[in-house]
Amino acid sequence: MLTILFDGIAYGMLLFVLACGLSVTLGLMNFVNLAHGSFAMAGGYITLVLVNRAGLPFFAGLPIAFIVTALIGALFERTLYVHVYNKSHLDQVLFTIGLVFMSVAAVDYVMGSQQVFIQIPSVLQGRFEIFGIGVGRYRLLIIVVCGLLTVGLQLILSSTRFGSRLRASVDDARVARGLGINVNAVFTLTFAFGSGLAGLGGALGAEILGLDPTFPLKYMVYFLIVVTVGGTSSITGPFVASLLIGVADVAGKYYVPKFGAFVIYTIMIIVLLLRPQGLFARASGK
Amino acid sequence: MSSSVQDQVAHHLAARARWRPLEYVFWLAAVASVFLLPGRHLILTEIAWLALFALSLDLILGYAGIISLGHAAFFGLGSYAGALLAKYGVVTEPVLALLVSGLCAAVLGFATSFLVLRGSDLTRLMVTLGVALIMREIANQIPQLTGGADGLQGVTVGPILGMFDFDIFGHVSYVYCLVVLFVLFVLARRIVYSPFGLSLRAIKGNSLRASSIGISVNARLVAVYTLAAFYAGVAGALLAQTTAFASLDVFSFERSADLLLVLIIGGTGYLYGGLIGAVIFKLMQDWIANLTPQYWQFWIGLVLVLIVLVGRDRFGSWTGGVRALAVGVLRRFSRGAAPVPVPPGEGR
Amino acid sequence: MGAVLETVGLEKHFGGLTAVAGLSLKIEKGARHALIGPNGAGKTTVINLLTGVLRPSAGRILLEGEDITSLESYRRVRRGLARTFQINQLFPDLTPLETIGLAISERMGVGAQWWRVVGSSPAVVAEIVELLDRFHLTDAMYQRTGNLPYGKQRLLEIALAIACRPRVLLLDEPAAGVPEDERHEILATVAALPADVTVLLIEHDMDIVFSFADRISVLVNGALFVDGPPEEVARDPRVKAVYLGESLDA
Repeated sequence: MLTILFDGIAYGMLLFVLACGLSVTLGLMNFVNLAHGSFAMAGGYITLVLVNRAGLPFFAGLPIAFIVTALIGALFERTLYVHVYNKSHLDQVLFTIGLVFMSVAAVDYVMGSQQVFIQIPSVLQGRFEIFGIGVGRYRLLIIVVCGLLTVGLQLILSSTRFGSRLRASVDDARVARGLGINVNAVFTLTFAFGSGLAGLGGALGAEILGLDPTFPLKYMVYFLIVVTVGGTSSITGPFVASLLIGVADVAGKYYVPKFGAFVIYTIMIIVLLLRPQGLFARASGK
Repeated sequence: MSSSVQDQVAHHLAARARWRPLEYVFWLAAVASVFLLPGRHLILTEIAWLALFALSLDLILGYAGIISLGHAAFFGLGSYAGALLAKYGVVTEPVLALLVSGLCAAVLGFATSFLVLRGSDLTRLMVTLGVALIMREIANQIPQLTGGADGLQGVTVGPILGMFDFDIFGHVSYVYCLVVLFVLFVLARRIVYSPFGLSLRAIKGNSLRASSIGISVNARLVAVYTLAAFYAGVAGALLAQTTAFASLDVFSFERSADLLLVLIIGGTGYLYGGLIGAVIFKLMQDWIANLTPQYWQFWIGLVLVLIVLVGRDRFGSWTGGVRALAVGVLRRFSRGAAPVPVPPGEGR
Repeated sequence: MGAVLETVGLEKHFGGLTAVAGLSLKIEKGARHALIGPNGAGKTTVINLLTGVLRPSAGRILLEGEDITSLESYRRVRRGLARTFQINQLFPDLTPLETIGLAISERMGVGAQWWRVVGSSPAVVAEIVELLDRFHLTDAMYQRTGNLPYGKQRLLEIALAIACRPRVLLLDEPAAGVPEDERHEILATVAALPADVTVLLIEHDMDIVFSFADRISVLVNGALFVDGPPEEVARDPRVKAVYLGESLDA
């Protein structure tokens, strides 16, 4: 049972790294980016090409995936997304769905439609036992990397100048501008960072979630659930939500395979009914 | 003196609800296509039920202001209901089966309507998406009934009204779908111009003020959501009956997303948007699929992106311009003094 | 004379902030009752509580003796309680004709009809025309509300509440934001309201308050500070202090 818990936590932390960029973008720019999964997919495929074809070591592929996806994110933000910020949520949804469709078809065209696997180094393969818990090496890596990232994010947010500028911009962009904060730069940097994290998550998650061109569509719901349940005004909210969903999904699919998939949808609907603003959001705010 | 103002107002309101010349043209063209385009009846059938599906979304999105990313839930339930009723001979007459399937979808709509009453647009998107995904998963988990991922095979549909057998060229299918579409359209049109329809537009415009003048906002929204679910279910059943098949993709996200595109292309809030959008979308899809069968989703995505970048209202004003032009042409042939048919709900 | 609208120990807390504290307000039938107080005193919150837009944290609200505390907004309207908003809350895409017609149809119980065309009832049309005429909106009745000048919108705002034929009318700063030359039209409308309609008026303009009201309640920090006929309130030094600040008093 503890193995399930371990796997669930690994899955949850992976979800967090994938989804936190979406959460911050939604909270910061009030922008619904359904194409977030496309950045994750991009990171996964970039790592695939680097590791499988160019022969780079896996541990080098990960940070490169982060950087390249972040750059792509910055580019898209400045050229495309910036035109859609002030439009209605429906328009944003339609726009990003369009981007998803385009990215899915484009990747299908370039890389083919079959599921692909990144070659992981042998040190990460297999599992070992600690106190009777089966610990998968790869999942352990995920927990460590994602845990470090989470701590780092929280530190950046709470203890750095950029973090306070970001929090100010999330709270009230107009006032932040009035204080001289370059909100546009904050937006671009944050969007890029969030997309980079998604890319890293996609690279890390290829082994566990499966990587194919339909990745953004398959996992869009999971990211959205994390964001709606966890709220958009903190890091801890989506973090706890991700763990909850990760454990619930893994446990659900193991113990009640027939209904496993329903567990998270039901959780989402119940949470939204009771607290439409998410479990952890502030009472005020948009 | 004031009674003449009264008469003027009464006349104005009645004239607004009267059928415009352009509407007659649209339906005459539809009837004409039965006889003039026999080779295209298969795609026309698809356009017909897609138009009905889009009409159902317009009722909640264009008139009541409810954003839904999961309208396929009702479509899919109607589809499976229609297929199952035919396969197991529970209801062999298709029209009756349509009604039953629509009612099943309506029940689901009623049951889930309370989910969309509260919360922001984002909440509604999430919740409706969640419902559609749950429906898909349910269908996936009972393959003994639904055929699972392979789809429901072995469906045979009885003759309509006991008299008209479905044929492989789609002739009967098309007339059938067109008649159903027309009947339900007329009903929707009636509703939209009624006090109930007006209250929906008020709710969409300012739900706080609507409740402050005595409108029971939640009750009206539940009613229109249930009605829209009925329409979507009938559309789904039409698909099942005309193809004698049902599969999981009736619940898919792509179907809900494509539907949004259909309605956006045609324009929301004037009932014909879904119909016009269905024609344009299907023709576009057909054309693109002939060019690149595997990657047409890319071009659909591109269309979505471009429409949003150009701006939906600017896009709508182009089609509005075409419409106004057509009206101007028609006016030469009609002596009617009906006001320019600017659709209700569209800004002037 | 009995109180037609009454609050008993009404309270509203937003987290740690107390917006309304133990308010027991009585409004007599047929009164012209003004509710005044400095900014942030909680006047609009009181209106929101009375109309059901907000739920009270404690206390009760009685309309004509009946407890309506847990009654939904739209039901209170049907019981005869209507309000206007400080900032116009109208339907931008509807015309004044449609807007007023909507309220009248709802009141007559035909608002939910789906099979008849709007305007097919002569009684409704007659009333729409009469009301639009009374508020000088006849020439604007086919125009989109969002395109109307602010003064006309404000008139429509009040006309809409009147269309509900309320027994109790709550007016939240009816002249707010209206240009000087159009104010008199608004005020004349308010003054011409039938005598059997009870009016609770929130206002900042003291000239309007003293010319219109037969009873004034002063709200400070969510609590009832002073309550009485205009002459009494005008003479009360505490009221002056509250508006001008203690430091200006010896």
